[in-house]
Amino acid sequence: MAELDPRPSPPGTYDAVVVGSGPGGLQAAYSLRRLGVNVAAISQDEAPGGMFRSLPIFGRLLSWSKPDAPAERGSREYEWYDHNSLLADEPEARALVPAEMDRTWAVPSREEMERGIAAFAERAGLPFRYGCRWEATRREDDGSLTLVTSDGEYRCRAAVFALGVTEPWKSDIPGVEDVPHYVDTGEPRSYEGKRVVVIGKRNSGFEIADGLLPWARQVLLVSPRPVQTSVLALSSVRVRYMQPLEDWGLGGGTFALDAAIERIEPTGGGVRVHATGTTRPCELVLDADAAVAATGFRTPLLDLPSLGVQTVAQGRIPALTAFWEAAGAPGVYFAGNATQGSAGLRKHGIGASSPAVHGFRYNARVLAGHLATTVFGRELSRPAVDDVAGFLGHELAHAPELWAQKAYLASVVELHGAPREGGIQPLAHFVDAAGPDALAATVETNASGEIYPVVYVRRAGRIEERVLDPDPLHAYDGAAYRAELEALATAK
Amino acid sequence: MANGADIDSLGRLALFADLTRPELERITHSYDEEMFPEGQRVLRQGLSGSNLFVILDGEAAVVIDGVERLRIGRGEFFGEASAILGCPPTADVVATTSLRCLVVAAGDLERFLTDHPSVAVRMLKVEVQRLADTLQWLN
Repeated sequence: MAELDPRPSPPGTYDAVVVGSGPGGLQAAYSLRRLGVNVAAISQDEAPGGMFRSLPIFGRLLSWSKPDAPAERGSREYEWYDHNSLLADEPEARALVPAEMDRTWAVPSREEMERGIAAFAERAGLPFRYGCRWEATRREDDGSLTLVTSDGEYRCRAAVFALGVTEPWKSDIPGVEDVPHYVDTGEPRSYEGKRVVVIGKRNSGFEIADGLLPWARQVLLVSPRPVQTSVLALSSVRVRYMQPLEDWGLGGGTFALDAAIERIEPTGGGVRVHATGTTRPCELVLDADAAVAATGFRTPLLDLPSLGVQTVAQGRIPALTAFWEAAGAPGVYFAGNATQGSAGLRKHGIGASSPAVHGFRYNARVLAGHLATTVFGRELSRPAVDDVAGFLGHELAHAPELWAQKAYLASVVELHGAPREGGIQPLAHFVDAAGPDALAATVETNASGEIYPVVYVRRAGRIEERVLDPDPLHAYDGAAYRAELEALATAK
Repeated sequence: MANGADIDSLGRLALFADLTRPELERITHSYDEEMFPEGQRVLRQGLSGSNLFVILDGEAAVVIDGVERLRIGRGEFFGEASAILGCPPTADVVATTSLRCLVVAAGDLERFLTDHPSVAVRMLKVEVQRLADTLQWLN
């Protein structure tokens, strides 16, 4: 038996280089290799896991993995019930996170997640070169890219950056520089008996508030935007918010204040926060023993902006095309959490699931197929579809890609000649790019939380949207939908 | 969390000219910014579930049935009719340069306007002017 190379992916020339060994990087490297692309995979870390090696601070994920579910564990359909495992073709590398869970909760702990990711890297035999730091990037005259690393130079035609949205970021409030960031939150017991101001009222702010409730004397959350409780009610992140929000709603001592912070001043052993109300005009002066800046993160882009990579969200996220290529920097692609920089159609204002593993794992696999065919000249298998209505009905009812990435990824059947699978495609690409006659099935949701199927019909270059009625049991593979799907498949 | 320069830039748009700095800060925190490369469709004729867009930087073309009808730029907005009426847009809007927009979901638009009445009044004036222009053209 051949021994595993302890330092694979040495510097050199490759088709593609993947940077980062969090779930996004692992999925991208795996999927590219499965398609025969010659990939180098590097990571500055010493082990796989990315942010899950240390975060979230309070140790519990938000995304479910249900060890027992309506679909058989390890099947494609099961992926919808397991939001945390990475995708593999080999049975032994599938559904690895639920295998680590002790079932105390329906969501894994940070440690369970880290172990599940590490098991994937090992069983999939990914050639990651750990302890190899990407330091600079160069565009060569022939258009290829050179990545300068601590171990030497890598040259490639496509670089896939899976860097996460992991670099602590603070807004430019005067005085915030002296406030510890979320990642530097101390042990809960170090806040015992203290009055704590948390700057930020999103996930990380409420995670801290929730974690400190048993310890702190009082928690005050402050940011300009009101908490959107109606949106939270339908979101998996609500568990982070429930206890602090209940405390606030009942007047129990916790405050969630809508205010723009003007400045933060140190006082003897504490801080004084000056703020102005936003939803209700008022001047606020908050004295506290400690403060935490839960102001978010950004993608550590290093020198990529000098290659033309543009950003959104105040420079925090790269702006990406439908296939996750940096707008303005050909050959620079992203995988993982940063793929939220490709917003898709954002129908009804609802964003994609790209900031979470269950969404971006599919982005990475679709990206691998896109690179393999458009950059590296590989052919993907496109099986014939004998029963178009039956195929689409099954996809609408069970395809995990459609359920995880609603109105963002679509399952396509091409209709020119004998019908063939067109694979999973970004919906924005399907509706905006020219192509042969085809049908694209998606699952969508609206502002009221209804979930329903939508089929996009492309005929002679024109796109028509057909919204189907929701079914209370999501039985889109049933007889009621078959007639409608057949009509769409055969219409001229 | 937004940076001061972005908030200042938003405040210079006619639509938001009456807002206080905390109000502007609330808007930048509440609504997403999106960037579209040149040539990218932003609003899609005939597709449901679209949003309101306010152009922060760049230019776009309003295209109906494949024919360009209008160019719009910084400070102008589009998608409001379909967002308010809940029907699919009657035009495509395509980025003609790199385009940066503030995005307000149709479902949030009513609250956005009632939270910021001066924005509603300024938007109404633009709509009335558009209607007057159309009537004049018809006559």
